[in-house]
Amino acid sequence: MTIHLAIILPLLMAALIPFIYKLFTKIKIGWLILLVPVTVFILLARFIPLISSGETRTYTYEWMPSLGINFTTYLDGLSMIFGLLISGVGALVVLYSIFYLSTKEALHNFYCYLLLFMGAMLGVVFSDNLMVLYAFWELTSVSSFLLIAFWHHRRASKAGARKSMLITVSGGIAMLAGFIMLHAMTDSFSIREIIAEMPALTNESLFIPAMICVLLGAFTKSAQFPFHIWLPDAMEAPTPVSAYLHSATMVKAGIYVVARLTPVFAYDLTWFWTVTIVGLITLFWGSFNAVKQTDLKALLAFSTVSQLGLIMSLFGMGSLAFHVDIDASTIIYTQAAFAALFHLMNHSTFKGALFMMVGIIDHEAGTRDIRRLGGLLTIMPATFTIAVIGSMSMAGLPPFNGFLSKEMFLTSALKVAEFDIFTLSSATALVPVIAWVASVFTFIYCMIIIFKTFFGTTEKLPQDRHIHEAPIGMLISPFVLVFFVIAIFFFPNVLAKYILAPAMLSVYPGLASMTDMTPHVYAWHGFNTELWMTIGVVVFGFVLYATLSKWRNIYNTIPAQFTLNNAFNRVLAEGENVSSFITKLYMTGSLRHYSLYMYGFLILVVGSYFAFSDTFRFSMENNAEIHVYEVLLVLVMAVAAVAMLFAKSRVTATVLNGVVGFGISIFFVIFRAPDLALTQLIVESVTTVLFLLCFTYLPTWKPEKTSHRQKMTNATISILVGLLVVAVSLSVLYFNEFKTISSFFENAYELAGGKNIVNTILGDFRAFDTMLEVVVLCIAGIGVYTMIKFRTKKGDDRHEN
Amino acid sequence: METLMILLIGVLVSVATYLVLSRNVIRVILGTAVLSHAVHLLILTIGEVKKGEAPLLGNQTADGPYTDALPQALILTAIVISFAVTAFVLVLAFRAYKTNGTDDLEKLRGDEHD
Repeated sequence: MTIHLAIILPLLMAALIPFIYKLFTKIKIGWLILLVPVTVFILLARFIPLISSGETRTYTYEWMPSLGINFTTYLDGLSMIFGLLISGVGALVVLYSIFYLSTKEALHNFYCYLLLFMGAMLGVVFSDNLMVLYAFWELTSVSSFLLIAFWHHRRASKAGARKSMLITVSGGIAMLAGFIMLHAMTDSFSIREIIAEMPALTNESLFIPAMICVLLGAFTKSAQFPFHIWLPDAMEAPTPVSAYLHSATMVKAGIYVVARLTPVFAYDLTWFWTVTIVGLITLFWGSFNAVKQTDLKALLAFSTVSQLGLIMSLFGMGSLAFHVDIDASTIIYTQAAFAALFHLMNHSTFKGALFMMVGIIDHEAGTRDIRRLGGLLTIMPATFTIAVIGSMSMAGLPPFNGFLSKEMFLTSALKVAEFDIFTLSSATALVPVIAWVASVFTFIYCMIIIFKTFFGTTEKLPQDRHIHEAPIGMLISPFVLVFFVIAIFFFPNVLAKYILAPAMLSVYPGLASMTDMTPHVYAWHGFNTELWMTIGVVVFGFVLYATLSKWRNIYNTIPAQFTLNNAFNRVLAEGENVSSFITKLYMTGSLRHYSLYMYGFLILVVGSYFAFSDTFRFSMENNAEIHVYEVLLVLVMAVAAVAMLFAKSRVTATVLNGVVGFGISIFFVIFRAPDLALTQLIVESVTTVLFLLCFTYLPTWKPEKTSHRQKMTNATISILVGLLVVAVSLSVLYFNEFKTISSFFENAYELAGGKNIVNTILGDFRAFDTMLEVVVLCIAGIGVYTMIKFRTKKGDDRHEN
Repeated sequence: METLMILLIGVLVSVATYLVLSRNVIRVILGTAVLSHAVHLLILTIGEVKKGEAPLLGNQTADGPYTDALPQALILTAIVISFAVTAFVLVLAFRAYKTNGTDDLEKLRGDEHD
């Protein structure tokens, strides 16, 4: 139940915030909010000893048991890592935001969204049920949307929020489809049950589609190429949000799903190729583009994209372990996944600190543009310390934790290059090359962060404000994070043993024992290839940084209209254009067109049925005999009807309509229907009078200005409809298999005490129809009355609603 | 007889369709009136015609078999309803003309920016 509590607590608090905000307007509610992540962190930390011994905990709360959807939480090593990250970084971010945001902001909204996000994120990582996971997944998208657009009076905030919403939710829908496919294959929504069943199902036709769909969801959320374009735009959010959502937690939800579902999909090599290649492309593209950014937050956004690609590619490489026999000697294959988990932790520490550092600079100097910054070293020494430690760790230099994970990354990349049992060694040989080039670019942008911001002259700084060191409250959180950056470097194996090792069991369930899969992390591992690569990165990085102005122009070689952002905008705009074009094509506003569609559809469906199936039947066997006067009557009616079309005046047309009506009443007489004849006579008279009455108020007929072509179309459609009715009616008439039930109504006198059968049907047997028919008449009467009586006066609004 | 009636109904339906497709409001309403005539006739024709006496019990001169009474009851209901609708639509056309100043359906397309 504890884990349920950890998920519910932030959500509950989010619901309570409006009341708290009303009650205590004076205090900064951030201090109260701070209790939530701290409580969650402590709750989770209590489980660390248990988890590190390889045990897991499952709790089930029945939600929709009939559908197999239960709110099941599953606490194991992997969810523990994420749980600690979410609550730990969450606490630091809340603390930071207390000093970052002024009391003039809509703080209740901010913390409500933030807690909503925290609860949703905890829900994602602890859910064992795919449907519940998806529900929380979308909740993170929604709350992230709200947080990005926190300053909703800014146009860029709204645009960024819309973009991230569109991309992440599209991916989320794809993931839902993937989950449903998994359910179709295994008949279960529980991740653990699916993992148990999956090895036998790799040949299912749904296996690859499910993998692609799930990966789409993971890639969009984790800003992988080419879906990374939303992340730089999401930097319009307040900096605490960027630090929390867009570096430490939400963007790692996709990583989490990949790690969690590795044992589901990794039995097929497609998984290895897709995840690794997409990760590597993202790694390179992110680091390459980060160098050209002039906004510090945009630079950090691209660096986040790049680092996420690194983690993603490591999980891809780690999935190779599913294709070899694992024991203590083959630790090199599982090491990639270990490095991924390790770097995941490290990235959260240094990237969170870097974002907070940028927030401080923005807060104090009023700008984040590196072209306007410089020489802050003496003004803000504490901030500089954070920046140096964070950047050096990101660049992968000792003595910071990024060094360790980068070395492990290079080791894995080299091992994958040797992994040639699939005779594709030439392709995998590229992996360490890309990794190395990306590391060089990473080094360059880390140099940019430090030197462009803190060194040089102070002349370019905004002169209108007094820049000074940040208040102590803003510095606490980044300092805690950089403390971890250093501490993890010196004591990596503490983290490895208690936190990371049990997570390895989640990624590789049942493959080997925990200790077999967990490498011992050495800060110093001798003069091997990895170290030489790192030295090469530093050397080349320095050279390239020094000559930055000379080669910077290569970023301008790609014209603006070929960028991914532009493509995204074009697709949206073109989609709008095309749909409005198509809509305007058929939604003409003309009643005639709509009628034509309906008749055309009728002809198409019923007519083609008649044309392509042998349905039409015709026989005159059972017909009643015909008298001459009946033929005459039919001819008169047909001529009258056709003459209506050519009538020059409306009175003629009305009278001709009357001829048809009275002809019908004569037919009613011939067909032995006295009541009908009576009613028809009266109704026809009244209708004719009504028509004539209306003509007093309506203009006379003018010759219709219809083109010849339109007339031909109308005539063709009309004749086809007539033929269709004839064909259907004749076929129906031929179909004479069931006896009529009317002999029952011949008991009218015995059952209802009436001798007029039609009247007893109307008044006794089927009186309900009659009642409602009276209601129809009533409503029509009321309608006519109100239409004539109530009219809008001149100058009134013509629209009632 | 039935075949002949159905041919007549086909003519009526064609005429009604052509009227409904025209631009003038009154022509459209006339079209619906003709269409309801056609439908009433069709209901009656599909039931057997002229195969017996009028459905009135206790008629001294003739004692069964009777024609089918059920379609007759249905048509009676339909006649009244179509009359109510026709009356309503006529008044609607009148009001529409008073408000908009035209009886041309091609011009009655609603506001562009509604």
